[in-house]
Amino acid sequence: MTDSRARVLARIRAAVDGAPEPPAVARDYLPRHAPDAPGALLDLLHENLADYRAHVHRTTPDGVAGLVARLLAERGAATVAVPPGLPDEWLGATEAVRRLDEPRLTPYELDGTDAVVTGCAVAIAETGTIVLDGGPGQGRRALTLVPDLHLCVVRAPEQVVASVPLALPRLAPGRPLTWISGPSATSDIELDRVEGVHGPRTLEVLLVTGG
Amino acid sequence: MSGTFVGMPAFPKAAHEAVRDERLRANLRHATHTIRDKRARAVAELDDWAALREAGKRIKDDTLRHLDTYLLQLEESVTAAGGTVHWAADAAEANRIVTDLVKATGETEVVKVKSMATQEIGLNEHLEAEGVAAYETDLAELIVQLGEDRPSHILVPAIHRNRGEIRDIFRDRMGSWGRPAPDGLSDTPAELAEAARLHLREKFLRAKVGISGANFMVAETGTLVVVESEGNGRMCLTLPETLISVVGIEKVVPTWRDLEVFLQTLPRSSTAERMNPYTSMWTGTTDGDGPSAFHLVLLDNGRTDALADEVGRQALRCIRCSACLNVCPVYERAGGHAYGSVYPGPIGAILTPQLRGTASEVDASLPYASSLCGACYEVCPVAIDIPEVLVHLRERVAEEGGRGHRLERAAIKASTWVLDHPGALTAGERLASAARKALPKRLPGPGARQWTDHRDLPELPAEPFREWWRKNRT
Repeated sequence: MTDSRARVLARIRAAVDGAPEPPAVARDYLPRHAPDAPGALLDLLHENLADYRAHVHRTTPDGVAGLVARLLAERGAATVAVPPGLPDEWLGATEAVRRLDEPRLTPYELDGTDAVVTGCAVAIAETGTIVLDGGPGQGRRALTLVPDLHLCVVRAPEQVVASVPLALPRLAPGRPLTWISGPSATSDIELDRVEGVHGPRTLEVLLVTGG
Repeated sequence: MSGTFVGMPAFPKAAHEAVRDERLRANLRHATHTIRDKRARAVAELDDWAALREAGKRIKDDTLRHLDTYLLQLEESVTAAGGTVHWAADAAEANRIVTDLVKATGETEVVKVKSMATQEIGLNEHLEAEGVAAYETDLAELIVQLGEDRPSHILVPAIHRNRGEIRDIFRDRMGSWGRPAPDGLSDTPAELAEAARLHLREKFLRAKVGISGANFMVAETGTLVVVESEGNGRMCLTLPETLISVVGIEKVVPTWRDLEVFLQTLPRSSTAERMNPYTSMWTGTTDGDGPSAFHLVLLDNGRTDALADEVGRQALRCIRCSACLNVCPVYERAGGHAYGSVYPGPIGAILTPQLRGTASEVDASLPYASSLCGACYEVCPVAIDIPEVLVHLRERVAEEGGRGHRLERAAIKASTWVLDHPGALTAGERLASAARKALPKRLPGPGARQWTDHRDLPELPAEPFREWWRKNRT
C-alpha cells in the first residue's frame, strides 16, 4: 500500500513535470440567476419543487400542526418517525403514532414506518432543492430515506436562498448532507423520467411564512 | 454476472454488426434524441453557461497540474475525519484491497452504487471469484446484471434496452437473484421501477457493506459527493456499517466552493435536470449517522499515463455526464458495446486508448470511431476538445504502425503529389470518367478493400467538375 502511494505520486509528478501553470480560475459566472426579492424567491422555490413532482403547501407557524395532521391522514400514514429536536408543536394535531429515533430505529423498523417529518438546513429556489444536514429536527440520513412519505418544513424567508453558490457557504462540509430535489426518480428506462424508486415516493414540502 | 469486454473486436467490426440491429438503433435514437432536446433547454436556462463551463475547465486543469498536492491534502482531510485512505496503482491492486476489506468484515455480499471506476476494474467479477456476491442497485445496472449484459452508456447503462425487453428480463431473471418480479408485470416504466424497488429493498435493509464510487472528492474538507436519482445511492451510502469508495484520482477538486460550478453543470448536462433528485455528501464517518467505517481507495489504473500526454490529459477533466454520447452521430448508430469498454462514445474513444494503451486492435481503432463533427466538444461542460484529442491519438496510432496505418499515410502522400501536379490530376479524372461504367462498387486490394467493406464508393460523375467548370463558366 505504502509502495503504491509513493509510486502513484511519483508518476503524477513525472507526468506534469514542466507543464505550464494553467490560467487562474475565473469565477465570473453569476452568483444567482433569480431576483433578490423574498416573495419572488419563495414563488420560484414553490414552482421548481412542484415541477419535479414534490407537493408544495403554504402555511403560517400556527398552521403547521394542522397541515401535518391533514397530510399524514390523507396519505394514510399511521406511524411517523420523529427526529430528535423536532418542534413538538408540529406533531401536536396528528393521530399518527410517533416513533422517536432515540434510541435509533433499525432499518427494518424504519421500513415499517409510514412517514417522517423533518425540518431542513437550507432550500435553493433556482433548483427546487432542500438540503438536510442532520441538525436538530432533521435526524440522521436513513430517517428521511426509508419511510415512503417525507414531510419537510421550510421556514421562509430565512432558510431560502436563490442559488447553489449561495447555499454552499451556509452548509458545514463536515456534516453528512443530503440534497433533495423532488421525490426519488429514474431516467433509466428510455431516458424518460419516472418518479418513485427507492427513496420516498412522496415528498410534501411545507413552506412556512410569517414566523 | 455481467458480460465482459475482454476480447472484443475492433470498433469497425463491432459497429458494423450493431448498425444492422434495427431494434438497437431504434432504442438508441429514441433515447438520445429525448435527452438531447431536454439538455439544450436545461442549459439555456442559465445565462452564464459559458462562464460556468470555462470555470469548470480551469478548476480541473488546476487540479490536474497539482494533482499530487491535492491528493495528499485529501488524504489528510479524510483521515482526520475518521476515514482510511488506500492507494491502488492498477485494477488488480484495487480489487485486492476491496476484497480484503470485505472479507475482513466477514460478509459475503455487498450492495453497490453505480460506479464507473468499479466497472473499469471489473470489481464484481473479481468479488464473485472470491465468493462475494455484489448486487448492483442502480436500475439500469440491475437490468444489465440480471440480463448478463454489458453496459452501453455511462449514465444509462441499459440504454440499448427498451421497456419491453426490460420487462422480460425482470420477469425471467429477478427470481434467481432474490425477490421475483410481481405477477403480471407490465412494461410501463412506473411498474418496472416499482418491481426494482421491491426486489432491492430486502438487500438494502440487510446490507452490512456498501461499495460506491464518487463524482467529486473535495481536497480541503475530505468530503465525497455522490450524485444520483433513485435513492439506491443513499441506501448504499447510509444503511451499511462499512462503506468502501473506489474513486479515480482525477475526481478530486481543490475546494468546497468548487462544487458550486459542477453542481450546476453536471445535472443539466447529464439528465437535463436543474438538479438531480439526490446528492449525498459525507466526510469520513459521523457518530450515529451512517457507516461506522469508511475506506477510500484512490485508483490510478492508467490515469497517470493519460496525465503525461500534453494533449490527451484534458480527457481527465471528464465529470462523466455523458452529454457527448447523447449528441454523437456515431454513438447513436453504433451503440455503446461497439466501443469495447465501459467508457463508450466520444469520451470513451479518447479515454480508453489512454487508460489501456493502443496495443490491442480495439483500442487502436477507437480514435477512428468518430466523424470529427465536433458536437461532443460543443456540449462538454468542461470543454474537453474531443476532436483534437482524437486526431492526436490517431497520429499516435499511425506512428506506432500497423499495415492499415502505413497505407493511410502512403495514400495521403500520394494524394498530396497528385494535387500538386495538375496535369496528372486532369488526366486521372478524365480517365476515371470515361471508364466509370466499368468501375466496381468496391475497391480491390488489401487495405483499400477493407475501406469499402463499410462504405459504398461514390458514383463517378459523367465528367470531372473541373472539366464542367471550364466548359460552362469560362
